[in-house]
Amino acid sequence: MPNMSLQKNPMPVQDHVERSHNFQEVALGYRKEQAIDEANRCLHCKNKPCVAGCPVSIDIPSFIEKIKEEDWEGSYAVLSKSSSLPAVCGRVCPQESQCEAKCIRGVKGEPVAIGRLERFVADYHMQNSKKKADIPQNNGHKVAVIGAGPAGLTCAGDLAKMGYQVTVFEALHLAGGVLSYGIPQFRLPKEIVRQEVDNLKELGVTIQTNMVIGRVLSVDDLFDDGFEAVFIGSGAGLPRFMNIPGENAKGVYSANEFLTRVNLMKAYEEDSDTPIMQAKKVAVVGGGNVAMDAARCAKRLGAEQVFIVYRRGEAEMPARLEEIEHAKEEGILLHVLTNPTRILTDENQFVCGMECVQMELGEPDASGRRRPVVKENSEFVLDVDCVIMSIGTSPNPLLRNTTKGLDTNAKGCIITAGDCGQTSRSGVFAGGDAVTGAATVILAMGAGKNAAKAIDTFIRQK
Amino acid sequence: MFEIVKKQELNETVTLMEIQAPLIAKKAEPGQFIILRVDEKGERIPLTIADFDREKGLVTIIFQIVGATTNKLNQLQVGDHLADFVGPLGIPSHTEGLKKVAVIGGGVGCAIAYPIAKKLHQQGTTVHAIVGFRNKGLLILEEAFQKASDQLFVVTDDGSYGKKGLVTDQLKELLDQGETYDEVIAIGPLIMMKFVCKLTKEYGIKTMVSMNPIMIDGTGMCGCCRLTVGGETKFACVDGPDFDGHLVDFDEAMQRSTMYRDFERQRNEETCNLFKGVR
Repeated sequence: MPNMSLQKNPMPVQDHVERSHNFQEVALGYRKEQAIDEANRCLHCKNKPCVAGCPVSIDIPSFIEKIKEEDWEGSYAVLSKSSSLPAVCGRVCPQESQCEAKCIRGVKGEPVAIGRLERFVADYHMQNSKKKADIPQNNGHKVAVIGAGPAGLTCAGDLAKMGYQVTVFEALHLAGGVLSYGIPQFRLPKEIVRQEVDNLKELGVTIQTNMVIGRVLSVDDLFDDGFEAVFIGSGAGLPRFMNIPGENAKGVYSANEFLTRVNLMKAYEEDSDTPIMQAKKVAVVGGGNVAMDAARCAKRLGAEQVFIVYRRGEAEMPARLEEIEHAKEEGILLHVLTNPTRILTDENQFVCGMECVQMELGEPDASGRRRPVVKENSEFVLDVDCVIMSIGTSPNPLLRNTTKGLDTNAKGCIITAGDCGQTSRSGVFAGGDAVTGAATVILAMGAGKNAAKAIDTFIRQK
Repeated sequence: MFEIVKKQELNETVTLMEIQAPLIAKKAEPGQFIILRVDEKGERIPLTIADFDREKGLVTIIFQIVGATTNKLNQLQVGDHLADFVGPLGIPSHTEGLKKVAVIGGGVGCAIAYPIAKKLHQQGTTVHAIVGFRNKGLLILEEAFQKASDQLFVVTDDGSYGKKGLVTDQLKELLDQGETYDEVIAIGPLIMMKFVCKLTKEYGIKTMVSMNPIMIDGTGMCGCCRLTVGGETKFACVDGPDFDGHLVDFDEAMQRSTMYRDFERQRNEETCNLFKGVR
């Protein structure tokens, strides 16, 4: 009998007061009974609308069917056929605008909690499975992947499963890309990322850290070394600033810097050598998921007040609803329809305030969202000692500057043909934020997946 | 990987290490830098490449013990390994077409100035090297600079070695004697570079400086190393580290370099206490 409850099984979460002082995971995950109960809400539609909403086309009804049968490994096998990082996707995918948005149950009531179920199955596998991955037969062809983030890891995993010998080159000292340096521990435990990366290594993928391609080796060097194709998944790591006065004062961070200090360098741990400012009142400028992450980290580091400062309204915030809700529960205050104009500094050039203006929404702009316009005589000063700029990132210029024949657009994004990731250079493919500009983990994974197929075709046709 | 194959104390607070890093040695050029982490809990710090040996696969770093990390680094011995060593990062120094150059090094900045002087000298550029130290005890790389320059001028603040005075005094003296240079390359403490630039601006000589701000990733990802050059924000890691000194906002750079001074001081004291028993 299907479970006809209109609501999802709620996700157990850590108490909001307690969690705002620790870095442990906020969402605790379903118990087995909850997972089965939720799986029973799935109606197993014949046309599987949810699958069309998934950028990596996971056979969603099948993996849910296996949950009902309590065939956990069978369910995991369905997931891993399409996704190299299911434990990550179950946590950070915006399911509400993808698979779950297409779920028939969502027409009347809430959709099936596909993301929560995915997470449950992936976690169950990680904790219980002793089965080693089948090591694919080596086909003798070498492929290089630049960047060990979601796009690169997915591309590497898919190619390895096809038998390719894959080497992933990562600039930082740790694999994971944004999963390691960007998304905080309390949303995506680093142990999960490590295990997903280990799974790829078991498939035979080699990961070389501390390798800045474009400097230590060029794309041409990689071809000279015998790699037959190169996938660029170098992300969009270059932070943008507002170019307002005072932005270079001490206490102004890019969200990337702040999050890197916290997540990658573990600046919140006693024995970490990496410093971070002990701020009391923090303003995070921006309304995306990264802004929410930065704000919630600042709170956990001990800030008494943390503000999100966003120039449009709350409804226009690009962050996931769940992230905004979690942030609000933890005491993050929203200053919407507010735009900074100047950062004020004390005599030692430390931040001591942020001058803002209030905004109102005018006509819709190119993005379809109503354009914010400045309200006259609305200046005010927000009392803060730290400002975190979270207004977006652009692709890193290093590869485009050091790779001949690689075309990029005015924004610095690599130009690719169709959705297979083929760049202007033969044998060079690209995907993820390096192509689209800052987007989501799952879109990058989808791009990595498509590129893996295209690379396979390319090498077969050589 | 990244084995320390040589360690030499150049003076009380400055140490030279040669690190086994063949891929980096193969590509390194003067003016570029590396980022290292001493151990798993360590912070990422940038150090400019002081020399490299492509055949032996070695990269030389020279560092001054200023904080917890450099202190920790200095505890390592030959045969030990660094957790991470990544590079070569940044844009190499521009040396093409220069006929006559004054290379100025201040203190440990001489370690960065030296490979540039060496390259210029090797390509036939006339090199006047001016190196300055607080006192004789802090002198480093004198012999190396002898070999890498046509004329070497050593100055100390207290006159305990070479001529008494600052590098700017020596440069001014040369300029007033009628010396002309295509370019001045100044590398040292921010305050020294600021005053060299002030002087060369008066004389209308293009001056390049090497900036060494606080960094984390060194690849353009965090923006921590940003500075204002000609009114624009630049990232030292990907746009530099060399910049036209006449355009650099040194006062802002000096302020930014003190961001974590209190944290460093506290950590340094802890580290010193930690090593008290073992020294």
